[in-house]
Amino acid sequence: MAEIADAFAAALRLIVGLDAELAQIIGLSIRVSLTAVVLAAIVGLPAGAALAVFRFPGRRGVVVLLNALMGLPPVVVGLAVYLLLSRSGPIGFLGWLFTPAAMVVAQTILIAPLIAAVARQSMAELWAEYADELRSLGVGPARTIATLLWDGRFGLLTAILAGFGRASAEVGAVIMVGGNIAHVTRTMTTAIALETAKGELALALGLGIVLLAISIGVNAAAYLVGEATRASEASPA
Amino acid sequence: MRPIRTALFLLMVALVAAIGALPAAAADRFITVASTTSTEQSGLFKYLLPIFERKTGIEVRVVAVGTGQAIKLAEKGDADVLFVHHKPSEEKFVAEGWSARRFPVMYNDFVVVGPAADPAKIKGLKDTAAAFKKIAEAKAPFASRADNSGTHLAEMEFWKAAGIDAKASSGQWYRETGSGMGPTLNTAAGMDAYALADRGTWLSFANRKSLEIVVEGDPKLFNQYGVMLVSKAKHPHVKDADGKAFVDWLVSPEGQQAIAGYKIGGQQLFFPNANQAGA
Repeated sequence: MAEIADAFAAALRLIVGLDAELAQIIGLSIRVSLTAVVLAAIVGLPAGAALAVFRFPGRRGVVVLLNALMGLPPVVVGLAVYLLLSRSGPIGFLGWLFTPAAMVVAQTILIAPLIAAVARQSMAELWAEYADELRSLGVGPARTIATLLWDGRFGLLTAILAGFGRASAEVGAVIMVGGNIAHVTRTMTTAIALETAKGELALALGLGIVLLAISIGVNAAAYLVGEATRASEASPA
Repeated sequence: MRPIRTALFLLMVALVAAIGALPAAAADRFITVASTTSTEQSGLFKYLLPIFERKTGIEVRVVAVGTGQAIKLAEKGDADVLFVHHKPSEEKFVAEGWSARRFPVMYNDFVVVGPAADPAKIKGLKDTAAAFKKIAEAKAPFASRADNSGTHLAEMEFWKAAGIDAKASSGQWYRETGSGMGPTLNTAAGMDAYALADRGTWLSFANRKSLEIVVEGDPKLFNQYGVMLVSKAKHPHVKDADGKAFVDWLVSPEGQQAIAGYKIGGQQLFFPNANQAGA
């Protein structure tokens, strides 16, 4: 029990006395995960919408595969990306292994299926509503996708936040391809793994509380932005 | 049309922001060192590397994994320097041409830690193999790294010397954690198990619960570290000038003195011995 109290004290000290090292770790975590979310959304959102709209042979198989990929173990993604980016691997010449770029690649692969699957779900509902109208207007496929994405943008926020949550919370992939190098590729989660390994359990849990606080902050901000936008659109000036 | 354009615009902005956020890692002058969890988790690197970086301006990036994995990383060309602790594996690494030469750097020692209640009655023994034999006979829990690390390989040698096939009891009293030194000590502390640990990690380990040192001082518990520059002939991208600067500094009088200067609670963790013949 004492450890849990210590952890809250440690978390408070970490947040109040925000030292340069912790700030760097938090900054890197957010930068890597946000970059991965943006890249995964660029791929995942249109892919999800397309899956909701178009009928083609093997579509059901693709949907099942996509849903299964949501549960992809991070350590498997980490291993695959490691083998790709290793100097002995096919794209090792890039020199990305053990850099933040490698962590972005791993997280993007990890969350793109999640974003696509959640987007498909919410786009499918919207498509049921819009299908007749868009078809009767003779709208082309690219514009159909764009219209759906735009009109369903609030629903897509959930997909994006789910992606950000998974990216910022995982440790298995980033520790393998980033190497947990101090000041270079040490993120919140890999720092927690390291402090746990050192037996500094209170400090590790304290870092966990900081991570949770950041996650709550991001979600609250997204929620408020969503609310504000909806309100301003509902009452045009 | 307007919403589509806005969406596209937002997407472009996001893309540019994403690319801008990718750190420009290539501009820095750095080397990558594949090393062991013991050197990282004992705090040695945190103490040692800034001294080297200030002197040379070369940033040292350490990927701390078990000795077995560190060697694999170096063989794949994913590190410039290998800094580990299992001499037979290191000599094999050099013999296979992955490095031109191995340099001894320093040593510390292993200790056997166990619960204060000491169910196997081994406290104070000076013969590690005999202690391991008694642990097996008592079927007292033993937490093994089981990760091909230097510490794990050393542990296997003690079981062999004791004439015990510990792996046959895996899942019973012999618990294979398959993880690093710290996590294995956490496991041992949680289940009152014995474990073999390097002294550096043990000294800096904060979650001991009832664990304490039960066997130490056996000459066979000696733990030698060696450093090797990865061969440019095998991997042309290896930064051999800066890597060599790091290797040379570690074995230089200045580097050796810096290693000797690292202490926790007044206790020295690593003992430099670059000039000792046969180390």
